Amino acid sequence: MTKADDHPLLSVRNLRTYFHTFSGTVKAVDGVSFDIGQGEVMGLVGESGGGKSVVGFSILGLIDSPGRIEDGEILLNGKDLVTAGEAALRDIRGRNVSMVFQDPMTSLNPLHTVGRQMDEVLRLHTDLDARARHVACIEMLESVGISRASERLKSYPHQFSGGMRQRVVIAIALLARPGLIIADEPTTALDVTIQSQILKLMRQQIAEKGASMILITHDLAVVSEMADHITVLYCGKVVERGLTRDLISAPSHPYTRGLIASIPDATDRQDRLSQIPGSVPDIRNLPMGCNFRERCPRAQALCAQQEPELMPQHGSLRAACHFPLAPGDTA
Amino acid sequence: MTTGETPILEVRDLEMHFPIGGGILDRLRVGVRGISLDNPVVHAVNGVSFKIARGEIMALVGESGCGKSTVAKTIARIYQPTGGEIHVEGQDIAGMGFSDLLPVRARMQMIFQDPYASLNPRQRVRDIVAEPLLEQTKDAQARKEVPRRIEELLARVGLNAEHAGRYPHQFSGGQRQRIGIARALSVTPGLIIADEPVSALDVSIQAQILNLMSDLRDEFGLAYLFISHDLSVVNHIADQIGVMYLGFLVEHGPRDALFSKPRHPYTRALLSAAPSIKEKRDTEEIVLSGEVPSALELPSGCCFRTRCPFAWDRCATERPQLQDVGEGQTVACHLIDAPERDTA
Amino acid sequence: MASFFASEFFHNYKRSSSAIIGSALMISFAFAVLVGPFLVAQNPYDIASLNLMDSYKPPMWLPGGEAQFPLGTDGQGRDVWASILYGARISLFIGVVAMVASCFIGTVLGLIAGFYGGIVDSVIMRIADIQLSFPSILIALFLMSAVGTGVDKVLIALTAVGWVVYARTVRGSTLSEIEKEYVQAARVAGLPNHKIIRKHVLPNVLTPLIVIATIQVGTFVLIEASLSFLGVGVPITQPSLGLLIKNGFDVLFSGLWWTSVFPGVAIMMLVFGINLFGDFLRDELNPRLK
Ligand SMILES: Nc1ncnc2c1ncn2[C@@H]1O[C@H](COP(=O)(O)OP(=O)(O)OP(=O)(O)O)[C@@H](O)[C@H]1O
Ligand SMILES: Nc1ncnc2c1ncn2[C@@H]1O[C@H](COP(=O)(O)OP(=O)(O)OP(=O)(O)O)[C@@H](O)[C@H]1O
Ligand code: SF4
Ligand SMILES: [Mg+2]
Ligand SMILES: [Mg+2]
Repeated sequence: MTKADDHPLLSVRNLRTYFHTFSGTVKAVDGVSFDIGQGEVMGLVGESGGGKSVVGFSILGLIDSPGRIEDGEILLNGKDLVTAGEAALRDIRGRNVSMVFQDPMTSLNPLHTVGRQMDEVLRLHTDLDARARHVACIEMLESVGISRASERLKSYPHQFSGGMRQRVVIAIALLARPGLIIADEPTTALDVTIQSQILKLMRQQIAEKGASMILITHDLAVVSEMADHITVLYCGKVVERGLTRDLISAPSHPYTRGLIASIPDATDRQDRLSQIPGSVPDIRNLPMGCNFRERCPRAQALCAQQEPELMPQHGSLRAACHFPLAPGDTA
Repeated sequence: MTTGETPILEVRDLEMHFPIGGGILDRLRVGVRGISLDNPVVHAVNGVSFKIARGEIMALVGESGCGKSTVAKTIARIYQPTGGEIHVEGQDIAGMGFSDLLPVRARMQMIFQDPYASLNPRQRVRDIVAEPLLEQTKDAQARKEVPRRIEELLARVGLNAEHAGRYPHQFSGGQRQRIGIARALSVTPGLIIADEPVSALDVSIQAQILNLMSDLRDEFGLAYLFISHDLSVVNHIADQIGVMYLGFLVEHGPRDALFSKPRHPYTRALLSAAPSIKEKRDTEEIVLSGEVPSALELPSGCCFRTRCPFAWDRCATERPQLQDVGEGQTVACHLIDAPERDTA
Repeated sequence: MASFFASEFFHNYKRSSSAIIGSALMISFAFAVLVGPFLVAQNPYDIASLNLMDSYKPPMWLPGGEAQFPLGTDGQGRDVWASILYGARISLFIGVVAMVASCFIGTVLGLIAGFYGGIVDSVIMRIADIQLSFPSILIALFLMSAVGTGVDKVLIALTAVGWVVYARTVRGSTLSEIEKEYVQAARVAGLPNHKIIRKHVLPNVLTPLIVIATIQVGTFVLIEASLSFLGVGVPITQPSLGLLIKNGFDVLFSGLWWTSVFPGVAIMMLVFGINLFGDFLRDELNPRLK
């Protein structure tokens, strides 16, 4: 185990993924770095269009033209995925890293039975024989809370409800016992009562199997309940990261603070919510200096001139801000 | 709610059933007993009643497909209800035809969920916002006033005059939602039906729109029927809340009563499942199992019994009716009569 | 206009050789059809200008050919090149007019079927289904043999065949359009149905029709040519490209090939150009393929 402690399970270094579109270069991910240790859950949050999904696709090597990984390293167990070939990536997908998408229908093939789709994962990534694979599929379906699993294996995706389908997708993602699961808004399309079941299930499965997870979502409440640490993206850049409790209780970046403050709070009702003014700048046409400055209550002249870098703040936090908040600061 | 005044909206036993037969050929069934026509019906709304007073915000919550949007769209008379009454300022509009409805449209407007689909991509912002107003203004002299009024409206929702000539795709989601709000305000309605107005927006933009909506209420005395599935938003903005399940109102009451003392098992499950950034209070969570029944074939008795942890035989035979439990709160659940069964 | 040249559409157009070839062919034909007849000395319909002495002259580069008749002449001494210019005029006229008529009728019927649904929808769409289960050329042939020949009859037959594809497309887009929230917003605004259709539905269902309309002109030119070739199309006094092929066909195998081969090449280039450009439009205007 000493060897594994030397480097984290996944280490993303200075990742840049750009889309070269007709109307300009979209720097969807622009210099993002983070680490995930064995058994950890990292929350990746941020505004819509902030680059969260592109980070996930980059790790899996699923960026298609006009997109390209321009720079950076993605080290999985010390091995760089950016320079790995398509064959190596295909082997890693499913076996070492698997993905759960927001819409379960896009990752399930409507023409094949659930059993066949599960079996295929095992056939590709394990040496089990047909009997053993069948048993493994049944066990996995049962462990995600689907009863009468051996019958259900013969069903087609459309015969399941939305919540059940997402359970199937999670079962498939866990089948080959991958070390890392990337879950992109896994519960956004589901109702709260079902969301809470699915999240519980994911947490429990990850703990049991010792896997790590990147949980991509725009819902701070969900990550705060699920994640060990959180990375906040804004316009393709990490603006803040740190342990969940530090980041939620005393964020140091004004954007994180604004996000947290704008969630309506059941215990402390004011008439007006605190709000972040303005809207996200056009990602093809970012302002000089800090990307957040036009919406930031703390911005000063320096923010327009120089881009802030990720610097250590109080507690476990690192934030990219010239005028970060200390615990207890207001606005 | 003041009792003396006529409520701005009163809905009684609203029912909306959609026939989904398709063509005659699709529905034709040939069986041993001859030929028959199939008549499948979606029971989207099954007898919903509530009142909204002037300046009041009523929220409807519930899970996907429970009929929230259908209630909204039926009240806005996008659909013709299959049963029940809809009183706007005391006048029943449920059976009205197109020309009778036109003046009602000036008193009641709607805001939609999807900021991308709710604006015609081929219309300029000024034409979008002016549309309801122009339908109401037939007098040539008054129509000359419209452009100035549009500018005022855009300014009020936080857009400027220069935006009036642009097309919707040049705006962000939050700005589009502002355009939709300006459109609804153009005829100075007393009631706005808002179908998930912030669900499609980023958290930081949600707060802007919610603030705008509460400011407008204070300024114009607007009442809202506010539809949402986000309990923290509802808790922030609503005065009274109705919880829907499978087209039925299962619980209804003032916000504080409902949040502090939810009585229906579904409301309790909903509240305990909602994620929160605060440390969770240690309430025992009600975990639901089982599947949501289809609105094509409602279960007998209580519509929630297939997932309810407390259900017993009475729930399968008798449909619970809304009954008063004090403080203006009403609940449709047999547990109210049998508190000893409530073990959670 | 400046914004058009800076647009992504124009950018992709410049980089697509098939789009450039296709549109070049289309533009040359449009040009030839509009001004061509003024450039040739002979009017092939004017009997007085024909000289039987000139009959069956080969193309100018063959022995016996004359520069006066670059592509040779037919049995009446008509210049084949002039006939093609006049014939293309008739072919394209028929193709474009029938397309416009089909598009208009199909769009109106599709809007009505999609917007109002119910029995109207069933009737319109069943007629469309029945039509689609026969080859267009067969229906056109049948109609022509019922109503007789003539340019106007060809137009009627082509329109009767052509509206179906618009009606189906428009009905489909209308169905998805009326579910959109901006149509519901228009209802809440109090707009009457005809205004909702005109302002909100119609402008948003037209884009896919551009592709259909472009390609249909090519199809119609071919159908008309087939009808005329079979002798049920345009009259001999208004020879389209198809009729030219037919007229030359009788002598095709006696070595006088040019009278029908050149009109055939003309049709091929015209339809090929239209299809190339149509395919480009299809890729550009279909957001799903992007
Ligand atoms: N194929 C593509 N071509 C061009 N731009 C793209 C493409 N895919 C993504 N982008 C751009 O990259 C940026 C980041 O997109 P991404 O999908 O990662 O956002 P996100 O944070 O996942 O947002 P959401 O919460 O809406 O899912 C966006 O501005 C998007 O427009
Ligand atoms: N026009 C229609 N024709 C047939 N069925 C319909 C129609 N509109 C809605 N329904 C059905 O009525 C039920 C209620 O739908 P509705 O859209 O009102 O739910 P909702 O509570 O708004 O859900 P969501 O949270 O997903 O918006 C669903 O089963 C839906 O499929
Ligand atoms: S009536 Fe019965 S089934 Fe329905 S919610 Fe109450 S206890 Fe549950
Ligand atoms: Mg995403
Ligand atoms: Mg809805």
